[in-house]
Amino acid sequence: MKNLIRLAASLVVVLILLLCSAAFSQESDVELPEEPAAAEEAGPEALEGADIIIGLEPAAEEVPAVEVPLPSYVTVSDLPNDDGTGIVVEFEKAEGETEALTYTVSVGAGPDGPWQEVGSFPATKKWKEEAGHYYPAFFWFQKGRAGVSNNIHLFTIQNLSGNVPLETGVEYFVKLTASLDGANRDYPEILSATPEEQWFDTGRTNVLILAVLFGATVLYFIARARRDPNLFIRKISGLDAVDEAIGRATEMGKPILYLNGMSSLADLSTLAALNILGRVARRVANYESKLTVPCRDPIVLTVAQEIVKAGYTDAGRPDAYNADDIFFLTEDQFSYAAAVCGIMMRDKPAANFFMGYYYAEALILTETGASTGAIQIAGTDASTQLPFFVTTCDYTLIGEELYAASAYLSREPLVLGSLKGQDMAKVFMMVMIIIGTLLMTFGVVFIKDLFKALG
Amino acid sequence: MTHLGIILLQNNGLLPWQEAMGTFFTEGGMIVVGTWIAAGLTLFMFSFVYKDNPFFRFGEHLYLGISAGYLMSLYFFNNMKPKFFYPLMPFLDASGDSTLNLWVIIPGILGLFIIFRLIPGWGWLSRITFAFYIGGFTGISFPKVLNGLLLPQFYATMQSIPWQVNSLDSAVLLLNSLVLFVGALSVLVYFFFSMEHRGFIGGVSRVGIYTLMIAFGASFGYTIMARISLLIGRMQFLMFDWIGDEIVARIGSLFHGG
Repeated sequence: MKNLIRLAASLVVVLILLLCSAAFSQESDVELPEEPAAAEEAGPEALEGADIIIGLEPAAEEVPAVEVPLPSYVTVSDLPNDDGTGIVVEFEKAEGETEALTYTVSVGAGPDGPWQEVGSFPATKKWKEEAGHYYPAFFWFQKGRAGVSNNIHLFTIQNLSGNVPLETGVEYFVKLTASLDGANRDYPEILSATPEEQWFDTGRTNVLILAVLFGATVLYFIARARRDPNLFIRKISGLDAVDEAIGRATEMGKPILYLNGMSSLADLSTLAALNILGRVARRVANYESKLTVPCRDPIVLTVAQEIVKAGYTDAGRPDAYNADDIFFLTEDQFSYAAAVCGIMMRDKPAANFFMGYYYAEALILTETGASTGAIQIAGTDASTQLPFFVTTCDYTLIGEELYAASAYLSREPLVLGSLKGQDMAKVFMMVMIIIGTLLMTFGVVFIKDLFKALG
Repeated sequence: MTHLGIILLQNNGLLPWQEAMGTFFTEGGMIVVGTWIAAGLTLFMFSFVYKDNPFFRFGEHLYLGISAGYLMSLYFFNNMKPKFFYPLMPFLDASGDSTLNLWVIIPGILGLFIIFRLIPGWGWLSRITFAFYIGGFTGISFPKVLNGLLLPQFYATMQSIPWQVNSLDSAVLLLNSLVLFVGALSVLVYFFFSMEHRGFIGGVSRVGIYTLMIAFGASFGYTIMARISLLIGRMQFLMFDWIGDEIVARIGSLFHGG
């Protein structure tokens, strides 16, 4: 074990040394000759031909024909990392390019046209170095590096005029025209390319690496949780309040209201809410209280019915289960909120649970619940609604605490292992944030770009 | 009969009540009626501020019933019809744009499995649908969450710390960077569940929860402003669309001595 730690430590040291050396080598690249200095070296000859000589009338000469610069080479190819609906025009920055120069790209079905103009851009824009998504390696390893400047123009064609998308497998011909001060000049060659789809989007390589890394960690901890279901999770304040609230409702002879949130079953917070519902249902069945679960989503309704039924059965009270207590209201957000408020005012539940994902109706629900004097426990990962829950509820499970509560209560290896795996992912994030911030502070910037979402 | 014939001739073949209803059902008439209904229902819902009452209950049940029925028809016409029935039976599509697509039978069967819950003994089939639904969505959302949430936050958190302070702006910049760095790390520690929050870890997590509470406070104020604007919108509807600009102006002039 010690040897492994030593090996890991030495690898980290080597990595840091490499990165530092890369940083210093980049700094040396910056020392490039500056243009003003070059102008000074050129001396007074550089002013020859300028028409700013005071006291003399400018010579009445014929205006010379504008020479429109053209790039030395142009290539047209399939757009990489796409779904087969794009081609790309690529060319090196032309000599003498200025802001006034404009490039126009036209597409035709054949080498002789007819041509459709698909885009026009000034020579100061559209750089491969800034392309990101379609050219990740170019972006990750060149953007922001000292001494590297924009040098290659890149124009992506994904639609013809009239927003007609390009078709996969069809050959398209491209004409490039440069314009300066009203004069136009076509690139002498007409080039073509055929859009093709790619199976792997290299712009998302960082997502793949993180997904594999986090996925493997979670799978490892799920396997560990299966062997040892007593993996340590710290106690979550607020969970004791669940039993307290159910006990209080039983003493008062009033029902318990449980909401699973406004989202569908595809949302993780809804799944966590349903997990906690199972635990609440068992407790309610033990105490012989009444549990009301109004649902917004019909699929969540059916799952909630199953879970509550299982909870009552586990508690040995299947006869006490009433399917009508778990019911569908409506999918409309505010009419659902109005109906739940009505239930709170009429049934006066002693405990309200707001678990899952919520939107703008959160404050309406919890304010009404607070006005009835009910003990309120909330748990959500909706960051915009958390402030309202914190201010109006007695206990709030903040963000991931909702998932942790679900794991803590159920002790199911799947949920427990996922939580432990996520904890390890957080350690990785913390370490990377510290390393990344330090390297950024010392001028090594490409480490940050490795974490850029390009897709 | 003769009298009726004269009336019909005078009113372009319409009886007086038909003429009145015709006026009523013009676009302008419907707008007036719609505004009165909307204003009335708004006041019914606002009455909940006082306490639960029959007016609120009427509004609540009407709202609930209409929304449930409306959404069901919306699902049928926007989803079931174009995405299931037309691909299965293209001859039903009058526009002729639909083509036969037998693949939709699979989601159709999965949907039927949920309806089987109503038949005792067949309910277990719905679990296949739920497993497909949850598994599919989890698979789709995993890379999306990484790409759309995790990486951008990672990217934004990694910032260089500008140590050189030579002006007020640079001092603020340094403070900003430090708050971001310390705040992000301490919040991550707060959400670390594999260790007890005691000692040093406890201290850092306490900083984390303070950071969260400050962020919630800012978010609270910001959202309340948005809610107030919703209230203002409703008040403007009542005052200008329902009561009317002119009457509001006259009431206003009473207070301003105009």
